[in-house]
Amino acid sequence: MHELGIAASILDSVQAEAGRHPGAHISKVGIKVGELSGVDADALQFGFECLVKDTDFEPLALDVESIPRVQRCPCGHEFRMTDYDPHCPRCGEFMTQCVSGDQLEIAYMEVEE
Amino acid sequence: MNRVAIEKKVLNENQLLAEKLRDRYREHGVCCVNLISAPGSGKTLLLERTLERLPAETRVAVLTGDLQTENDAKRLAHFGFPVKQIITGGTCHLDARMIGKHLEDWKLEELDFLIVENVGNLVCPSSYDLGEECKIVLLSTTEGEDKPMKYPSIFAKSSLMLLTKVDLLPYVPFSAELARENARRVNPQIEIIDVSSTTGEGLDRWIEWLQRRRHAKTAGTPLGAGA
Repeated sequence: MHELGIAASILDSVQAEAGRHPGAHISKVGIKVGELSGVDADALQFGFECLVKDTDFEPLALDVESIPRVQRCPCGHEFRMTDYDPHCPRCGEFMTQCVSGDQLEIAYMEVEE
Repeated sequence: MNRVAIEKKVLNENQLLAEKLRDRYREHGVCCVNLISAPGSGKTLLLERTLERLPAETRVAVLTGDLQTENDAKRLAHFGFPVKQIITGGTCHLDARMIGKHLEDWKLEELDFLIVENVGNLVCPSSYDLGEECKIVLLSTTEGEDKPMKYPSIFAKSSLMLLTKVDLLPYVPFSAELARENARRVNPQIEIIDVSSTTGEGLDRWIEWLQRRRHAKTAGTPLGAGA
């Protein structure tokens, strides 16, 4: 529902980065979307395409990397959480902590000089 | 072609504003909580009961978000505390800029608590940091027990889940035990309090939780003393 606003924020960053490379064109922007970020990758891709279409941004691709949720156990073990099971596969502890999966970050941009 | 590493948050502007708000809350000893739930889970009624029950010396202000109408602010204004409605005009969440704008003419040094009632929505508000001390999610007994799994982001990011409308448990096919278990599977650290704004059940525990949370963050600044 808020993916269009998020796509607009990504384009703001593309515009800012383009300002640092006069005469160049940014052809791709790579983002990381964690499974806990509350953002739907398909809706984001759709909103992004709608905003880019028929503008000076074209051609501009959006590369979405999905980041899984990772839990850390007090025993030190880190594991990918699946099926909402927070138990540590090594020692069985339930009170494991989420340490990754909340990302909503711009990773890179590709600049054509 | 040249690949440039960026490594910044997509919502960087919101994040910067949220951090500024957080610094201001800390400086003035204000505990800000962000209440989030689906529409109709009982946020506004819980707020009314909360404002009634907070000790008389507590200085609290409320920002309440909705797509349209001043109805909630009108309901909450009866209690004599400063209340402002944030009308988003269609936007499905509050962001840090809206909060900052609506705080402009309030003196934070005169507050102990700032309670933000977000727009009724379990998805989008989870992406926007408002500079709050913690997020609090409400789940009512007239919803499904599997909501924590359907909307994991907000349950994973909340410090507390308030299970609301527990007075209806005898009449609805809802297992409170299963709902609590589901919430803990999504977030093992989440605290859970059962409340009913109708009968008053659990409200004392909720008020104590709020006060404990503020006390822990402000190193014992007494209520009403400012910072």
